[in-house]
This record gives sequence, structure tokens and C-alpha cells, in this order.
Amino acid sequence: MPAGHQDGAYQTWHDWLTDDAPASKMQASAGQYWAIARAFSRNPLAMVGAIIVGILIITAIFAPWLAPYSPTGQNLQMRLMPPSADNWLGTDELGRDILSRIIHGARITLLIVVMVAAISAPIGLLIGAVAGYFGGWTDRILMAITDVFLSLPKLIMALAFVAALGAGLENAIIAIAITAWPAYARIARAETLTFRNSEFIAAVELQGASNLRIIGLHVLPLCMSSTIIRVTLDMAGIILTAAGLGFLGLGAQPPLPEWGAMISRGRSFILDQWWVATMPGFAIILVSLGFCFLGDGLRDVLDPRQRDGR
Amino acid sequence: MSAPSPTPLAQNTPRLVAAFGTIWRFVLVTMMTFLGLLAITFFIGRVVPIDPVVAVVGDRAPQDVYEAMFIEMGLDKPLFTQFAIYVGDVLTGDFGQSLSTGRPVIDDLKRFFPATMELATFGILIGVILGVPMGVIAAARAGSWLDQIIRVLGLLGYSVPAFWMGLVGLSVFYAGLGWVSGPGRVDIFYDGVVPTVTGVLTVDALLAGDTQIFWNAMSHMILPASILGFFSLAYIARMTRSFMLDQLNQEYVITARVKGVSEWAVIWKHAFYPIRVQLITVIGLSYAVLLEGSVMIEIVFSWPGIGNYLTTALLTADMPAVLGSTILIGSVFIVINRTSDVLYRVFDPRSR
Repeated sequence: MPAGHQDGAYQTWHDWLTDDAPASKMQASAGQYWAIARAFSRNPLAMVGAIIVGILIITAIFAPWLAPYSPTGQNLQMRLMPPSADNWLGTDELGRDILSRIIHGARITLLIVVMVAAISAPIGLLIGAVAGYFGGWTDRILMAITDVFLSLPKLIMALAFVAALGAGLENAIIAIAITAWPAYARIARAETLTFRNSEFIAAVELQGASNLRIIGLHVLPLCMSSTIIRVTLDMAGIILTAAGLGFLGLGAQPPLPEWGAMISRGRSFILDQWWVATMPGFAIILVSLGFCFLGDGLRDVLDPRQRDGR
Repeated sequence: MSAPSPTPLAQNTPRLVAAFGTIWRFVLVTMMTFLGLLAITFFIGRVVPIDPVVAVVGDRAPQDVYEAMFIEMGLDKPLFTQFAIYVGDVLTGDFGQSLSTGRPVIDDLKRFFPATMELATFGILIGVILGVPMGVIAAARAGSWLDQIIRVLGLLGYSVPAFWMGLVGLSVFYAGLGWVSGPGRVDIFYDGVVPTVTGVLTVDALLAGDTQIFWNAMSHMILPASILGFFSLAYIARMTRSFMLDQLNQEYVITARVKGVSEWAVIWKHAFYPIRVQLITVIGLSYAVLLEGSVMIEIVFSWPGIGNYLTTALLTADMPAVLGSTILIGSVFIVINRTSDVLYRVFDPRSR
């Protein structure tokens, strides 16, 4: 880049963002985000994933305005109607519009996904970072616990926890979060070990920073990108587990329009009124695929080392 | 399961001793994990319910019944003693009594487990027979449209709910096309005809020489097993592809090609040979996942296995049955997990 840029004489924003010698911390990180965003936008599958997840979020926020009918309003004269111009995806056994229910169900799906991530990722990160940072017996004990949880079947454990806690949306979220954290603990530990002995950590230690400060301000932020990738990749599994719990009647309770529970209600009509059970399934597949694509894309962009195959 | 760095001494000890060390470690870690599993089920059964006694006797039991149960369940003892007693009970096969069937849970598990194993085994066979060649082809033709199709199939395996696929499969192949039989393990009038020897119906039918029942059972099993197979196929094909790509980029493959070895031989003899150990691990892991995944499939297909037993118990709050099934599936899961891990170590010299 020409030296003229040192004077701050940038022609365009693009020049400012791609400057080889950023003048401030803000310019450096803005430039970094710019590079990531560019790489991301050149990955078609990742963009498809981002668009699907974006649609999910927008649908969830604006559900009452987007849905043509009420998600719980019954109309028994219109029960089990096939897809038509009035009810694009047909109606269920109580005459409720399936499209409206799916749109409102997006809120529940998003709530589950966000809550599970918000509970399990910090727990996993903290346990992993503490284990990796302190090492020794702390590491051994914490990792033994993590390994026990990792080598247990997730769905079965979630089922058992829900059985003990009682059916319901909150308990389903807690049960899934309990089974989800070990993967993040392993990642955070592995990341922490790679820079545990590096000089910047030693420098902060010498300055007299407390362990809490080092882990919180210097270790955890560096574990973030690989954790975000892993959380995104896990989203599909979380959605499927939540839908499975809903299907079994252990997750969100009626009349909440949870997608898995909707499939379960449509089960009795699968032979004659196929749309009741089939339509919510398409919503689950679409959203799960979206998170898979997005996660794959994020991994390619943020962490090329982890790419499996090409 | 972080691999401990091998001590310099271990590298010089004879292979037998090293293998013994591996087995010792295997047993130790497996037992630790099993104890962890029991700690979790103990926690779920005794600690999580507000009052475990009420869970057993009901909330309208008179005070003396309540107190008798309190003592009988050992709740007056310290928590650690309770856990030790619990571990002893489980190890001697005492999982308590199922509240809904009225039989000891262990007897129920023995009755229902073979059906689950039959389904999962058939499923993994389908997954391996289709998944491994698909992964190899995807790697050999990396970047082609065939590779893309296999990749999308693989991603679908991560995003389609198993129970939904079961329902759609039933409505298409059973109700619509009539290619397969419906829910259940065998047609109702064949039920209980062949004597139970192994509990695996197809094997029992063959042992009794009744091919009619065998084919009937197969027509019931093919759809749920294929759906389970699809999910393991997705994982197996993806991993096979990635292992093969690693091999195909190695120099010995180039050497073989330069020598003029046919493409078929390069792929299947040279490149495929070294990845079989890794594949065993992958297949073992997906078998374990399949046992778990069969829970949802069993419900949709009314398959009389552990999954059905577990979910029926869940809905009736039959905790002994829930925890018994959890321990059984968890233990099988742990053993398969650990075994494939140790197989990998024993057969792959690099990991020692």
C-alpha cells in the first residue's frame, strides 16, 4: 500500500479496511472482520446457510405479523383441509392453519437453540479453560467428568433427565444443555493448552493478574472462534433432539406450536392427511440444514485447519 | 480419552506387555465411565425428584407406610452409602421393579433388548454396505457431481428427524406402494409361533426352519432398518471419504499410478487397505449411535424393543424402568465406544 495512507488520506472505505498497516486497533479489527466477511460471502453453501438462519430469526421476531392466522385459533369446520390457496400448508385436526403454526413454532425453535447455547457453551468453556490453564489434578478430574458425559448416549440421557425433571419446554432445554457442554469443554481445553505456555500469558502473570482475570480476559476470548464453529455445527443436533423430545410429548406442551409435537399430533392422520405430520418436518430439515451449511462455512473461513477433506 | 504420552520405556517393552497395558487401561477407564453413568442415574433417581419416597408410594400414603418406605429405600443412610448400595444392586442385576409391567426391570430388559439389537445390527449392515463404497467413490471422484450428491445425502443424515422419516416412509412404502409390511415385528397371526431361542426373531425363525415367518419378519424390518442405515450411512460415507482423500494424496499412491497400476487396484487395494482400522472405529461408533437412534424409530414402527419400553416408561413416570433402560443402553454405548478406541490403538502402530 502506498505510503500516502499514513496521513489518513484514504480514497474509499475499502482502502481503509484493507490497509496493510492499520493505524489503530479499531482499524485492525475492522479490517479483519472485513476479510472474514469477504471469504464467507464467496462460499455459496455458507451463504445459503446464513440466509436460512436469517429467515428463521426474522420469522421468529415478526411471527404475529407474518402468520396469516392465529396459531391456536380453532376452526372445527375447517379441520384437516388439504393445502389450498387459503391454507397454503393445510389445516390440522382442530382446523388450525399449519403454516401459521410453523411460523410461530420458529420462535420456540430459536428459543431452544439460543438457550441451550447460552447455558452449555459458557459452562463448557469455563470447565475446559480452567482444566487447561491449571493442569495437573484439576485437569484430570474435570476431564474425567467430561469424558464420562461424552461417552454417554445424548438422547437417552436427555430423556432420563426430562423424566426426572418433568415434561416441559424449560426442562427440555436444561436436559439438552446438560448433555451438550462436554464437547465445548474439550475444545476450550485443547485451545487453552496450545497457548498456555506462550509469552503473552506469562507477561500477564508477571504483571500480577489474578487467575480469574487471566482466564476471563485472556484465555476465554481466544477459545471463542472454535467454540462458535462447534456450537453452530451442533445446532442441527440440538434441534433434532428438541424435536424428538417434543415428538415424545416431553418437550413443549400443547397448544404450543412446537414442530416435533406437531409431527406427533399428525401421526394419527399420516395415511390419509399426510400434510399434518409432513409439513413441520420440512421446517425442521430446512433449519437444521441451514445451521449445518452455516457451521461448515464458518469453519472454512475462521479455522481452515479443521477442514475435513477438501 | 486423552491419550497419555507413551513413556520411553514402553516403546522398548515387548508388544505383549504393551498390549496388556492397553487392556488394563481399557478396563480401568471403562469401569470409571460406568461408575460415572451410575452416578448420573443415581442422581436422577434419588436426588432430582423432590421426594423419592412419594415417587414410589404416592402422595396419599399414610405416615407409617411413608416412613417404612423411607427406611426400606435406605434414605436414612448417608448419600455415599446409598450410592454404594445402588452400585451393588445394579452389578447384581437388581434394577428394581417396573411400576407398569410389575416385573423386575432386568427381566423386561432381557425380553426387549434382542429386538433392538436385531434392528440396529441390520441397520448398520445396510449403512456399511452402502456407506463405505459411497465414501470411496466420493473420494475417488472428489469434486464431481457424484461427490456433491453424496455430500448432500450426508448432510441430510444430520438434519432429518428420524421419527419424521419413519412416518413418511410408512406412508409411502407401506400405505402408498405396499412394498413392505407395516409397524410391528411380524404379522399378528405369526406372533409367538416360533419358539424363542435367541430372542432375535429372524434367527429364531431360521432355527425353527420356518422360512415363511423369516421373510415376513424381514419385510417388517427392512424399512426401519433402512432408515437407521441411512443415518449411519451419512456418517460412514463422510468419514470414509475423508480418510480416502488423505490416502489418495500420499506419494505411494502416485508411485502406484506411475507404475501403471490400474485405477481400480490403486483405489481398492493400495489406498483402501490402510484405512480399514480407522473404519472399524467409525463403524463401531456409528453402531453405538444407531442403538440410541433406534429409540425414536421403534416408537414410530411399534417395534417391541428397548426404545419402546423406555418411552412407555417415560410417559408413565416408571423411573426404575427408565433408569434400567438408560443404564443398559449407556453400558452398551460405553463398551462399544471403548472397544473401538482400544481396537484402534492395538491395530494402528502409529497410535501407540
